[in-house]
Amino acid sequence: MKIFTNVGSSVINFLKETGRFFIFTLKTLKSSISKWYFKNIFQQMISIGYLSLPVVALTSFFTGGALAIQIYYGGNQFNSEVIVSSIVALGITRELGPVLGGIVVAGRVSAAIAAEIGTMKVTEQIDALRTLSTDPFEYLVFPRVIAGIIVLPILVGFADIIGIMGGWFVGVQSLDFNGSVYLQNTEIFLESNDIISGLIKASVFGFIITMMGCYHGFFSQGGAQGVGRSTMNAVVSSSILILGSNYIMTNLLFAS
Amino acid sequence: MIEINNLNKKFNRNEVLKNLNIKIEKGESAVVIGRSGTGKSVLLKCLLGLLRPDSGIIKIGNKNILGKNLQYSNNKSVKIGMLFQGGALFDSLNIWRNISFSSLQNKVSEKECKKIAIETLEKVGLNSDVADLYPSELSGGMQKRVSLGRAIFSEPDIIFFDEPTTGLDPITADVINKLILEKVNDLGATALTITHDMSSARTIASKVYMLHEGNIIWGDNVEEMERTKNEYILQFVNGQSDGPIKIQNN
Repeated sequence: MKIFTNVGSSVINFLKETGRFFIFTLKTLKSSISKWYFKNIFQQMISIGYLSLPVVALTSFFTGGALAIQIYYGGNQFNSEVIVSSIVALGITRELGPVLGGIVVAGRVSAAIAAEIGTMKVTEQIDALRTLSTDPFEYLVFPRVIAGIIVLPILVGFADIIGIMGGWFVGVQSLDFNGSVYLQNTEIFLESNDIISGLIKASVFGFIITMMGCYHGFFSQGGAQGVGRSTMNAVVSSSILILGSNYIMTNLLFAS
Repeated sequence: MIEINNLNKKFNRNEVLKNLNIKIEKGESAVVIGRSGTGKSVLLKCLLGLLRPDSGIIKIGNKNILGKNLQYSNNKSVKIGMLFQGGALFDSLNIWRNISFSSLQNKVSEKECKKIAIETLEKVGLNSDVADLYPSELSGGMQKRVSLGRAIFSEPDIIFFDEPTTGLDPITADVINKLILEKVNDLGATALTITHDMSSARTIASKVYMLHEGNIIWGDNVEEMERTKNEYILQFVNGQSDGPIKIQNN
């Protein structure tokens, strides 16, 4: 009997959480047709995009390099200059750039947003905003979400270039490829759809990362421990949702 | 000016406010006292529209504002100010931006906002040196003063104070109490304070209400509070553990 109670209560909690997130998302979307705090949006674009660039760049560079080595040694080394450059370019632009960039930004940004908004919640700063005629969805949530949607594709665009350059660097330095031939092959095999699909994914990931940070921060409870829990939940849920939505988008964009 | 009738609020099965009734006249400085956990903060949050009561009537002026955020409801006829227990100053903004936050959002120029914010700082006994500092650079007492400055910045008709002296030493607490009294009188505002600090209640209140088990069980002026034989008031004012107020889980 106890097992039914536990399953029942888990289902109810899941539905409650889903409903609460749905309402939270609707309120965020509704705030897009109200007042826009451009200064806050700009600040968030700097915080989410510009300040994440070094870590995303490093991740992409090393991923591109590692991918080049894996393809070279794992496959047929005949005609490897063409194969390595094309697979690195496709792999980075279609999958690894947006997904790894998204995961890295999720760890950095989603946690920071959840911690900041969570602290504001438990110290009554969000209530204070309301008493000062300011809607926290317009002032706090929407600027972060729109900044994430705009900035992530730009960040992933840089990640694509740096990742391809990582592959090129390893190819030229370690695998004795001709640098200009490598780049020519990359240009031949890479299509605009490969890049655009990655940027579309990045935009969706930007939405997921910022929404998860805001949502978990907004419902923080119980002081420092509660804020810590929200931060962890924000990172875990955004990482899982990035991977899940990536699979769905890959299916939609490429399977057809 | 503030009238609450039959206000009820419960969390799951825990009834916090039970048919609560209170009427605060215009210009009155009401203080609600009561033990921790009796529903004082819930009452304040219901009044501010931060919590939605289950039932009842909350009238500000003649309008029923039950469940509405006082500021969102575009109730332009009544301006409110609020001093939170912990100050609730915005960490990311400096002091003058904290004080003039509402005007900054309404496209008043930064220069004008800073000028008025510095004047407000002077009203609460702080000089212009602190204007460009951040909340974390101020002491607890100074943060409370800034928070008071933010609450009175828009010259509100009603000001709410949530435990204004919590966490302050007795001397700083007295300074804050006197500042509250002075500013409320200057503005001619209606004030509602919730506290369990009796010295604060004695300084600020023109009328004291006792909240117990979700309802107002006593209400009168400060002089009457000192004379009353009401056992609940006597126990609370004298800080005794023996009496009609039962202490649970102690």
